[in-house]
Amino acid sequence: MHITKDLVAASATPLVLGILAEGESYGYAILKQVNDLSGGQLEWTDGLLYPLLHRLERLGHVESAWETPAGGRRRKYYRITDQGRAELAEQRRQWAAVVDALRGVWSTTQSIKPITAPAWGAGL
Amino acid sequence: MTVDNDLEGQIAEWRAYIHRRRELHHTDAEELEDHLRSRITELTEAGLRADESFLIAVKRMGSLDELSREFAREHSERLWKQLVLPGEPDAPTAARSRRELPVMVLCAAVAALAIKVPSWFGVDLSGDDDAGFYARNASLFALPALAAYFAWQRRVGLRVIGALALLFVLGAVAANAYPLADDSQTMVLTAIHLPIALWLVVGVAYVGGDWRSDRRRMDFIRFTGEWLIYFVLIGLGGGVLTGITVNAFAAIGLDAEGFIQSWLLPCGAMAAVIVSAWLVEAKQSVIENMAPVLTRVFTPLFTATLLAFLVAVVWTTNGIDVERDALILFDLLLVIVLGMLLYAISARDLTARPGLFDRLQLALIVSALIIDVLVLAAITGRITEWGFSPNKTAALGENLVLLANLAWSAWLYLGFVRGRMPFARLERWQTRYVLVYAGWAWAVVLAFPPLFNFA
Repeated sequence: MHITKDLVAASATPLVLGILAEGESYGYAILKQVNDLSGGQLEWTDGLLYPLLHRLERLGHVESAWETPAGGRRRKYYRITDQGRAELAEQRRQWAAVVDALRGVWSTTQSIKPITAPAWGAGL
Repeated sequence: MTVDNDLEGQIAEWRAYIHRRRELHHTDAEELEDHLRSRITELTEAGLRADESFLIAVKRMGSLDELSREFAREHSERLWKQLVLPGEPDAPTAARSRRELPVMVLCAAVAALAIKVPSWFGVDLSGDDDAGFYARNASLFALPALAAYFAWQRRVGLRVIGALALLFVLGAVAANAYPLADDSQTMVLTAIHLPIALWLVVGVAYVGGDWRSDRRRMDFIRFTGEWLIYFVLIGLGGGVLTGITVNAFAAIGLDAEGFIQSWLLPCGAMAAVIVSAWLVEAKQSVIENMAPVLTRVFTPLFTATLLAFLVAVVWTTNGIDVERDALILFDLLLVIVLGMLLYAISARDLTARPGLFDRLQLALIVSALIIDVLVLAAITGRITEWGFSPNKTAALGENLVLLANLAWSAWLYLGFVRGRMPFARLERWQTRYVLVYAGWAWAVVLAFPPLFNFA
């Protein structure tokens, strides 16, 4: 199944903030986690994660620091801020409202059966 | 071993390719390279050969054009001039950039001729009787042409063009429909405020109609600073040209002053408005961001002066002498402080941590605020005595508009220096406040003359 560009873009911020809420992380690991969480359904172009991270940093939702793990490469780690957590909570409320509305639509329009029903249940 | 060397060579080539993009800074390249290497490691562990992994990793990174476009969108301070972000280099764009110069020359010529049009109808530029007419309308000769140039360059829609035209017509009506005497205060106020109002209208064209976007507004603020510098530079060059022309012709016994006063100066000034704008856009990488450089030089000096002034006021306990022009002087001071704040913001890396310069900037704003409050306190006692003339009302209003801006800026700056607030809040506050300036300038132009009976 291919998820449209708009949906990917809209869900990117809450996904990244949600992952960072679990603990600090870096670009590649975030991308891997998005991939795992969505069972490979959400496909991001790798590079485009970074402008998004920089935007979140500019807005103050995350902060970053370069760290060099022992024997490893220098790497930029991102950490969520209090403001970022507030933003995540807000996004969560908004998404819950959207999901509720969609659920209502799915149950009233029984005639249009989803072809692969589990995808929605699992994804949301 | 050779496989590793091959891979390193390929990565080095990729890195060099990335470095050629101005949108991507060194640290971005490093971050992306870390990503690339992580991906390659994962793929080779899954059993792919090194060169195969490299190809897939590069492919998954996304096209470099798309990547730099996204980076440019996020970091517009890095190449703020590219409002139309680097699109695919298709044929029409190339043809368009070839036409850029002729269109600019055309707009400059229109602006230069526009100032001569009234003289064909007997409104003479050098005549004393009509000085008021030219003072009121000065901005109406060049700025429409400038707006037209940007409207063409940004390919704005018909609705935006309509709105721009409407605003210029409104300005023209306001400047000419009111019965303003040449020596009246409201006439002078219109002459000062109409250019500001119309300059912000040009801003709408500059941002391609996307005036709601904070980042685009910041781009316009950057443009304004650079434009002013180019304009002054061209003015200096023009001064030299004028001097040489006058003296060279005087040497052969011809008087060139008439030509200079009625043609060279007015037409040159109008054309310079357009040429400066074009220079800022086209040559932006040659002299990059002069306004922020000047700001960095003068911020410490102004801070020292203001602090010394404050100390002197406290030490001598001399009250500030609120003469007639005091308000205007301190309005100017606030404008300068605000300008330094704006151009410090415009060139700032928004994610950098607060440093010494930020504390200096905060000290500058706070000392300007304290001085201004002292002045206002001294003036309120005497405002009743003077009564509300148009000049004083305008000066007082401006003072309050700027004071409100700087006070809230100081608060936001304090939050930033103490690490409580992201710097972007301050930037957003400044870009949103532009609307207040526009509102105020239009209010002075449209509402003041009738309010004060065209005094």
